[in-house]
Amino acid sequence: MANKINIVQAVQQALQNEMALDPTVVVYGEDVGVEGGVFRATVGLQQEFGKERAFDTPLAESAIVGSAIGMAINGMKPVVEIQFMGFIYPAVNQIVSHAARYRNRTRGLRHLPMVIRAPYGGGIRALEHHSESTEALFAHIPGLKVVIPSTPYDTKGLLIAAIRDPDPVLFLEPKRIYRAFRQDVPEEAYTLPIGKAKVLQEGDDVTVVTWGAMVPDVQKAVSGIEELSIEVIDLRTISPMDRETIIESVEKTGRILVVHEAAKSFGAGAEIIAVVNEKAFLSLEAPPMRLTGFDTTFPLPRGEEHYIPSPERIRHKIRELAAY
Amino acid sequence: MLIEKFNPLEDEMIQVLNEEGDIIRPEWMPEISDEEVLSLFRTMQKTRAIDSIALSLQRQGRMLTYAASLGQEAAQVGSGYALKKTDWAVPAFRELGMWLTKGWSVDKILQYWYGNEWGSHTGEDLRLLPISVPISSQFQHAVGIGMSIRLKGENDVVMAYTGDGGTSQGDFHEAMNFAGVYRTPNVFVIQNNQYAISVPVVIQTASKNLAMKALAYGMPGILVDGNDLFAVLAVSQQAVAYARETGPVLIEAYTYRMGAHTTSDDPTKYRTDDEVDPWKEKDPLLRVEKYLIKKNLLKQEEIEAMKEALEEEVMEAYRSIEHSSDTEIEEIFSYHYEKMTPQLQDQLDEYRNYLKGAASDGK
Ligand SMILES: Cc1ncc(C[n+]2csc(CCOP(=O)(O)OP(=O)(O)O)c2C)c(N)n1
Ligand SMILES: [Mg+2]
Repeated sequence: MANKINIVQAVQQALQNEMALDPTVVVYGEDVGVEGGVFRATVGLQQEFGKERAFDTPLAESAIVGSAIGMAINGMKPVVEIQFMGFIYPAVNQIVSHAARYRNRTRGLRHLPMVIRAPYGGGIRALEHHSESTEALFAHIPGLKVVIPSTPYDTKGLLIAAIRDPDPVLFLEPKRIYRAFRQDVPEEAYTLPIGKAKVLQEGDDVTVVTWGAMVPDVQKAVSGIEELSIEVIDLRTISPMDRETIIESVEKTGRILVVHEAAKSFGAGAEIIAVVNEKAFLSLEAPPMRLTGFDTTFPLPRGEEHYIPSPERIRHKIRELAAY
Repeated sequence: MLIEKFNPLEDEMIQVLNEEGDIIRPEWMPEISDEEVLSLFRTMQKTRAIDSIALSLQRQGRMLTYAASLGQEAAQVGSGYALKKTDWAVPAFRELGMWLTKGWSVDKILQYWYGNEWGSHTGEDLRLLPISVPISSQFQHAVGIGMSIRLKGENDVVMAYTGDGGTSQGDFHEAMNFAGVYRTPNVFVIQNNQYAISVPVVIQTASKNLAMKALAYGMPGILVDGNDLFAVLAVSQQAVAYARETGPVLIEAYTYRMGAHTTSDDPTKYRTDDEVDPWKEKDPLLRVEKYLIKKNLLKQEEIEAMKEALEEEVMEAYRSIEHSSDTEIEEIFSYHYEKMTPQLQDQLDEYRNYLKGAASDGK
């Protein structure tokens, strides 16, 4: 049975399915229980599964993540929410020093089946610190997986995969498109592979790699270019990166553009292009290009329209790359 | 001194002005003139005027997400007024009454909430830090300023604010601990408005009150009726004096968030009118109003006129920033470092070139 749902509803449904199937799954964070999350991503879970399994916590991100580590050590599968990605930083010590390392430092004795969910990204005219896209910070940390879906279907399948994954997964949700569109999604639980990109449209002239909330913008940009045959790849997992899909595509097109919302320097685009240079250098017909956020703090709303690459800018950049 | 005698473990709350507008503890009444009371009342009214205008502008789509202070005016104005001009104030994000008391201008405040960084350029000679959204992180800065005051042999005090939710952060505890160890001239104010978004204070802590947390850091903690202007002022004045002479103090101002957390929040999802209604009688403005009327310092008509005048003043301030507050492109780049890096310069140039091209393409 399918239902037509948006991304935030897909998050809720994934959690609901997994909590029903697996009694070790628990969901917690700030405003997650009674209110059902400030974005309503956990709505109804406390009613259905009780205060023991879906609950509100004190306002303390380090304790939210740190306690999830403890829960995971003792056989639970915590799925914790960080209210906005900009508020994950108090928990970075727990994420980087512990969550990412447990398996390695105990030589596999202890591993952490836990998920940290956080809405990320800007473009919603939000307050300071509410528009962060710092996926590259975490993708850089060995031992973490970083997933960013862009559709309701992928959100549900990838979140369930993340919950079932034996290792910690940072699951970043594109809040700008939380409610942008609906899709037919199976009501039952299903998984999609973490670490696998998706080719959204095939093409021969240019490869565009993107993820998260930028995916619809890239699709819009591409739909306005008739003269070129463009391959669009939704990366879906930032780390571990699906190198094969990217390489295969660049070997065909010889041209690659990476579009991301995060700041340019040292971003995930740099890693993608490095991989292309290592594995497909001889196929390149033009220098790899990036179109990204600026190397600046995300501007407050009166300046934010400049920051996120618009479909028009993306189109312009694709043409520049094709003409090179 | 109240501060030293007060035992937060007994869970009593300092009150001076009751809900009828009568002074119930004259011995604690702060020494202020009638003119000062009137002026503080006016600032509380102004706080409310800004909130009400910001909320209505927000509904019209002329303001962004906004966090109102409704119900917390006494806690903010009373504490802020205890500071000298040379003392520092370190806010969280819900201290409108204190900001006004300290001197942050209404147009700048509105400019911040309307999404322009210039709002945080609070003014050269204002010892007020900008809003701090990451909860309780600012406590550490307040302590650092306090440490530097000690090192430099200055005589200033630093007042830092957080909420009841803020007491759960590691940063809160680390800062308080530093302050205790270094005996910094800090006053920490917790506006306990009973909620952190939807989460009630019983989920933040198993302590009977928040003031008692101070004891573990080796500093006095005092619990005050946050809806009582005179009690808050009395306690804050003593706390500031104590911090200046002796060391850090924690104040818990017990109050209630009458409105939504922000304009994005719907409190009916997590609390009932039965809970909210009794707090309406504890309204901090109403109490001072009754006091002023009983003392013949103000008439009801004058209050109405004051409200109208203040709302006009606030609208005027808003109009001055409404249309002029779009961010200049260069400003997105030029304030990250003293000098723009080559990377930033390239990105700015590339973006400008794009815009020029787009303009000439007629797009
Ligand atoms: C580190 C961090 N986590 C989460 C948030 C999101 N958030 C903003 S305000 C708030 C509640 C704050 O509650 P409290 O400290 O009681 O202050 P109040 O809003 O009641 O004034 C939360 C969770 C944040 N700003 N910073
Ligand atoms: Mg609060």
